[in-house]
Amino acid sequence: MTEESPNRALHDIGGIARFRCTPVEHDEAPPDAFGKKVDAIRQILAQKKMMTVDELRRGIESIPEDEYFALGYYERWLRSIAALMVEKGVIRQEDLA
Amino acid sequence: MAAPPSGASLALLEKLVAALNAKGLVSETEIAERQAITDRASPEIGARMVARAWTDPEYYALLMRDGKAAAEAAGASMAGAPELGVLENTPKQHHLVVCTLCSCYPRALLGYPPGWYKSFAYRSRAVREPRAVLAEWGTQLADDVEIRVVDSTADYRWMVLPMRPKGTEGWSAEKLAAIVTRDALVGVAVPRVE
Repeated sequence: MTEESPNRALHDIGGIARFRCTPVEHDEAPPDAFGKKVDAIRQILAQKKMMTVDELRRGIESIPEDEYFALGYYERWLRSIAALMVEKGVIRQEDLA
Repeated sequence: MAAPPSGASLALLEKLVAALNAKGLVSETEIAERQAITDRASPEIGARMVARAWTDPEYYALLMRDGKAAAEAAGASMAGAPELGVLENTPKQHHLVVCTLCSCYPRALLGYPPGWYKSFAYRSRAVREPRAVLAEWGTQLADDVEIRVVDSTADYRWMVLPMRPKGTEGWSAEKLAAIVTRDALVGVAVPRVE
């Protein structure tokens, strides 16, 4: 697949030109309290067989492009987890409104 | 620095926790316990594994054969963790680990992935111009050293087994572990003797 492929999904960024001249920011900060909490929830739900890493990824990958690049890392996780729990009927959309 | 979460995200998190809590699925106590376990994993575990592999031929053999078992033997909590592959650097081949699609990382032995590992620039550029990325860490490899970039997945994680540097002959495993950094375990750096 080339990066010109119209089918290349937005998370599939390996090698694309968009970031070619962007230095890697040496961000060493551990996740903030928000991130650690989202991460812990993901682990608990995985342990209880409520979701898998692949499902998490699918949820992240289906976030619309403008939002995907605007949201922080664990914000994308949270969006995916919340959507998955609604999709699976574990909680209702109204619970999150 | 990563930007702080938006107010909308903070509100969503609160509502999600409340809804899951109401279903008896996730409590604040469970969240705190899980977080404490995650906080305990640190690159020291990976460094210990490398130092032991350098000094103990039997452990080296185990590490190359079954990374997950070797990690467990070094004290990592591997329950539910994906398989762990070990990439051995040689004088002719250097390994670099990335997760182009997201951020899969051997967390059980290295702890939380650092921000840069999850960044769009690292994910995108590691597979296209690894030497330029390594240079940003001050890592220069000779032109005749091949760089093999390995992409992590949800089901398979990787760690690099760096080469033991010259000048460390006779060192104890503890002393060796101190020069094995997280960056060396990901492959953006190599262990150095000061």
